[in-house]
Amino acid sequence: MTAAVFTPIPSREAPVKLTGTLAWIKRSLFADWPSTIATIFFVGVFAWIIPDIISWTLVNAVFRPDNEACREAAGNGACWGMIAEKYRLIIFGRYPFDQQWRPLVATLLMVVLLVASCTRPLWSKWLIVAWVGVLAAFFTLMKGGVLGLSPVETSRWGGLPLTIMLSTLGIACAFPLAVLVALGRRSHLPAIRSLCIVYVELIRGVPLISVLFMASFMFPLFMPQGTQVDVLLRVFVGITLFAAAYLAEVVRGGLQAIPKGQVEAAASLGLSYWQTQRKIVLPQALKLVVPSIMNSFISTFKDTSLVTIVSLYDLTGSLALALGGDANWRQFYLEGYLFIAAIYWVGCFAMSRYSQWIEKQLNHSNR
Amino acid sequence: MADVRAETGAVIPTAKAAPKKRDWSWRSQAFRGLIYQLLAIALLIFVGWWLTTNTLENMRTRGIQSGFGFLLQPAGFDIGETLIEFDSDNPYWKAFLVGLLNTLRVAVIGIVCTTILGTMIGIGRLSKNFLLRGFCTGYVEIFRNIPVLIQLLTWYFVLTTLLPAVSEAVHLAPGVYVSKSGMSFPTPVWGMGQALAAGGMLIGLVLSHFYRRWAMAAFEKTGVARATFWPSLALIIVGGLIGWAIGGAPTALDFPEKTEINVSGGGAVTPEFLAVVIGLTLYTASFVAEIVRSGIQAVAWGQSEAASALGLSRGLQLKLVLLPQALRVIIPPMTNQYLNLTKNSSLAVAIGYPDLVSISNTTLNQTGRAVECIAIIMLVYLTLSLSTAALMNWYNTRSAIKER
Repeated sequence: MTAAVFTPIPSREAPVKLTGTLAWIKRSLFADWPSTIATIFFVGVFAWIIPDIISWTLVNAVFRPDNEACREAAGNGACWGMIAEKYRLIIFGRYPFDQQWRPLVATLLMVVLLVASCTRPLWSKWLIVAWVGVLAAFFTLMKGGVLGLSPVETSRWGGLPLTIMLSTLGIACAFPLAVLVALGRRSHLPAIRSLCIVYVELIRGVPLISVLFMASFMFPLFMPQGTQVDVLLRVFVGITLFAAAYLAEVVRGGLQAIPKGQVEAAASLGLSYWQTQRKIVLPQALKLVVPSIMNSFISTFKDTSLVTIVSLYDLTGSLALALGGDANWRQFYLEGYLFIAAIYWVGCFAMSRYSQWIEKQLNHSNR
Repeated sequence: MADVRAETGAVIPTAKAAPKKRDWSWRSQAFRGLIYQLLAIALLIFVGWWLTTNTLENMRTRGIQSGFGFLLQPAGFDIGETLIEFDSDNPYWKAFLVGLLNTLRVAVIGIVCTTILGTMIGIGRLSKNFLLRGFCTGYVEIFRNIPVLIQLLTWYFVLTTLLPAVSEAVHLAPGVYVSKSGMSFPTPVWGMGQALAAGGMLIGLVLSHFYRRWAMAAFEKTGVARATFWPSLALIIVGGLIGWAIGGAPTALDFPEKTEINVSGGGAVTPEFLAVVIGLTLYTASFVAEIVRSGIQAVAWGQSEAASALGLSRGLQLKLVLLPQALRVIIPPMTNQYLNLTKNSSLAVAIGYPDLVSISNTTLNQTGRAVECIAIIMLVYLTLSLSTAALMNWYNTRSAIKER
């Protein structure tokens, strides 16, 4: 027997490096043929489009409110000068020019409080007090007539303050109504239940525009003779009723997810219907649907842009106001649309990020 | 606790049903419920009565007539684009019909485009390719966070002012011209051949349905799986081709001609229509993309692993395991988006596309019949929504997980 001879096999090659830039490029840009084609396609498209975009928005753009220069650059560069010239009209609408510090302060107060309300360490009962104070201050500043402020009728309110007021208050008023309707839709009382079903399905079945038309054209017919209800208030009620129907369905989704045992346990503890809902069911149900509630909020914020169709001067309406009557600047609508789109985008994007953050927060406390 | 009686020797009385008695006191839940409901109904009736009397009173003092009789009067306005013949002598009801057809046209084309685009973007968001994924994510984040009205207005402005005048129309592809006054494209000259081709395709569709049923029955019986998708497609195409050949294989296309001053011939769509379709499609596609992505992600990873373990090919995995589960998650919210698109098409009133709302608005301004016009809008949209909802419920019960 010959002794077994140890013949070493060649050692394996080092494994392919899976980290680092090169590996990342291989993995996420050139993984296989389709991926490579997509990469080449997008690099080509970006190389073709991005220089044009940069030269239009930045390089060739005119930033001074200089009509001559803007007209010369038209086609090659954006005229951001239009915004420099018209921003006060776009942002504040028809509000008297020399009084525009009032909507500015009022809106800033509201935005600061909105941000504060979204900050967890500040969640306390004082927020409610602060909201009452800020709302009082908002309307005092906007409407005037007291404290030596000259009165400004609501038909002259416009621009960003109007958008923020309509969406914030619309959401704030729609929410309690939505909770009530959602509870009503699950109630044992047939009359209440069918009422809520009819309300929700009726509103969800029609476009917001028709609700706004109703508020602005039909509502005056509904009221007794001689009653004058402000257009702004009518439109506000329309938006609230519309938002509440959608929100009610969201809340109902949360209510349905709560196991029956919770209600039974609460009943066996002797809690009444309202105590059960307030202390047991709603806290759990609302927590479950926070992302959907935030989505509803975002929709309502975007939907306020529709009030321009019933002749209120929100951001979109006041842009038309700023440019429509001015032959010098009329051709620069695109820049104006991009400007207000950017304002809306920042608001919506911030809300959707906040929604993701709050979802995480609530999940943590769940464990 | 096998036998309680044996241990204690006592007889435990069986629980007796509580005696039924009507408790007409505030402490009875049933009684309170009754009162609440009566109050709600009374309130509703009172508010309804109050609104009606106010409205009638207002109408009388302002001299507004009521009733739908005006629908038979001549409309007196022209409509820019119509699918059916319409001129200003036609009655109002026909104007409303034109508006409804225009709404449906936008809705149908928008729904088809948005489904295709949204599905592509949604799948793209799950791609391993960084650029593709980034592009799709960017698309969704940009388009869903800007109000649709602003998008429509922007597209309308771009299409009507930034494009060249009709005399310098851009030649995009053979026979496709784009200018300020809309888009022109070649259309087949409708004749016997096309009609027969459509008929042939229809016959192919019917045949493929029977083929599918036969294939399914054969599969149940023998276990031999037959492809259904490609043969069905082939049947439809062959049917169409045969019809087309019988009709003399016409190839005539009506090409738009560009002259010095305008583009004539072929099919044409207005910039209003284009703006509405582009705006609604891009906006809704961002939501559809999110629905498709979450639907695909909702199918547990183990499902495709298990399907691989059973030896199913990638295509069969998709067809038999993944898609049926993903579609169950996708379809209900997708229908909602379709409805949203249809309802959002009412924003066309802002850019002058003659949809239902825009026609109602014109009629309202001309006749002052606010109640009737708004009632028509609401009724039409309600019918669309509720019928879709009914269809959806039927689908949901059909596709719900069958549990034991």
